[in-house]
Amino acid sequence: MTQTITKSGLSDLRSKDEIRAERRKGRTGVYLVAPGLLVLALFFALPVVVLLAMSLYVKPPGAEIGEFVPGFEIGNYATVLSAYWPELLRSFGFALIATVLALLIGFPMAYLVAVRLREKPLLQGILLVLLIAPFFSSFILRTQAWKQILADEGFIAQTLKFVAILPADGHLTATPFAVVAGLTYNFLPFMVLPIYANLGRLDTRLLEAAGDLYASPVNSFAKITLPMSAPGIFAGTLLTFIPAAGDYVNAALLGNNRNTTMIGQVIDSRFFKVIDYPGAAALSFILMLSILILVTIYIRRFGTKELM
Amino acid sequence: MKLGRWFVPVVGGLAFVYLLVPIVYIFVFSFNDAGRTNLEWRGFTWDNWANPCGAPAVCESLANSLQVGIVATLIATALGTCIALGLVRYKFRFRKLTDVLIILPLATPEVVLGASLLAQFLNLGWELGYWTIVIAHTVFCMSFVIVTVRARVSSLDPRLEEAAADLYASPRLAFWKVTFPLLLPGIVAAALLSFAMSFDDFIITNFNSGNFQTFPKFIYVSATRGIPAQANVIGSAMFIIALLVVIIGQIISYRKKKQLEKI
Repeated sequence: MTQTITKSGLSDLRSKDEIRAERRKGRTGVYLVAPGLLVLALFFALPVVVLLAMSLYVKPPGAEIGEFVPGFEIGNYATVLSAYWPELLRSFGFALIATVLALLIGFPMAYLVAVRLREKPLLQGILLVLLIAPFFSSFILRTQAWKQILADEGFIAQTLKFVAILPADGHLTATPFAVVAGLTYNFLPFMVLPIYANLGRLDTRLLEAAGDLYASPVNSFAKITLPMSAPGIFAGTLLTFIPAAGDYVNAALLGNNRNTTMIGQVIDSRFFKVIDYPGAAALSFILMLSILILVTIYIRRFGTKELM
Repeated sequence: MKLGRWFVPVVGGLAFVYLLVPIVYIFVFSFNDAGRTNLEWRGFTWDNWANPCGAPAVCESLANSLQVGIVATLIATALGTCIALGLVRYKFRFRKLTDVLIILPLATPEVVLGASLLAQFLNLGWELGYWTIVIAHTVFCMSFVIVTVRARVSSLDPRLEEAAADLYASPRLAFWKVTFPLLLPGIVAAALLSFAMSFDDFIITNFNSGNFQTFPKFIYVSATRGIPAQANVIGSAMFIIALLVVIIGQIISYRKKKQLEKI
């Protein structure tokens, strides 16, 4: 590590890392961390345990609706899985397609703002603000706006029908297409921003150097741009896939159809309409576990150390 | 290379249009002379903007959302900042476990967060309402605050605090005069992020709010009957306010930079 001799020639300044390495001991640290961790333990960790317990509850004979007693009914899992595996698979399918689409749309966006407009700070600033603009407006209001834009009487559906891309009795809403488009739309900024952060640090001289060495644009993209932005892509895909898999607002507003039902809708209706707490809890737990498994595999396969 | 030259601006530009179409739509339809359902264009009017509370329950739900957002943000920012400071600056046992406890809420879909808290509240027999939402929002905002502020604390140069100590500043004075001002932009950013997320949250809120109405819940519920144009007014107004805040922030930081350059 760097050692700088000061004017007196005696004390050497230690590097940041060395100072951090000998973290202070003592009570203060505990006092700082304890309250927040307590909140996380009581209202995140404990609820997950309660959810697990509730997923094993049984309905006693002759019980009223919504009455359950603690038990150990693993059969609850078999019941909900056999009834709702299509919704579960569909959720992951929709989330996967939305993630890929968001990456395909989001990468050029991030590249445009971070690299192409580097010499034009004003335009870059404006587009960056527009990029975070969706965060400032209600996502339900925006999803509802899409519903109206894509509605049967709407301009887009009418035009598509006029040029016969869409059959006269066809719909844009209430289709898997609309739900996936909605998911892609809603989580696009979560994809773009991490990639933007990475591409912002891309040294374009590397690309010039690759060009000077007769690398084709495709080649220099694959060998330089893509690897340099990998951590951003990695973070962006996780930030898109996880919430998309559990989302039900898009499915409810833009789908609302048996071919578009996602697992979140099922959990919601099991809890509030059917009052089947164990079933809802089991489904939630299955969703959480499958996402954790998928994410772990993904991190093992593609993850970089700097993320975790 | 030619392909790349127009590909990026065209696709990127179209993507920006895709991103902004609904926002423009919401803004335009806030001027619609809509009556009860704001589904089709019926002519331009200022009425909705002149009387944003005109439709029932719009402003009540807005006030509820603001209240929940402010309280949850304050709690989450305070607790989260303390955790971030403690984790970077102090030694700990169970460090891995703590990290898992912080990261896991971020890797859990909202339905599961909402459902597990609901299971907990049902078990405890707590009545769903204002406080259960505040708790739920605090939990999911806190992880974001910790991650954001921790990055800021890690990037601080500890030598600055040492220099203050060398100049006979007490640890407390060094913290408030040196460390805290340097952390403040990160803390403010985390708080703004928290507020935005709390204000816009629907799924977790829907699980834990009972009859308590928030703004997103109000829109979701009225979506089937038609959303009043006043909701568009409030959505647009919030958007414009947030945009102004960002632009003013940018101008201030730009000016500061210029001033520093002069020195």
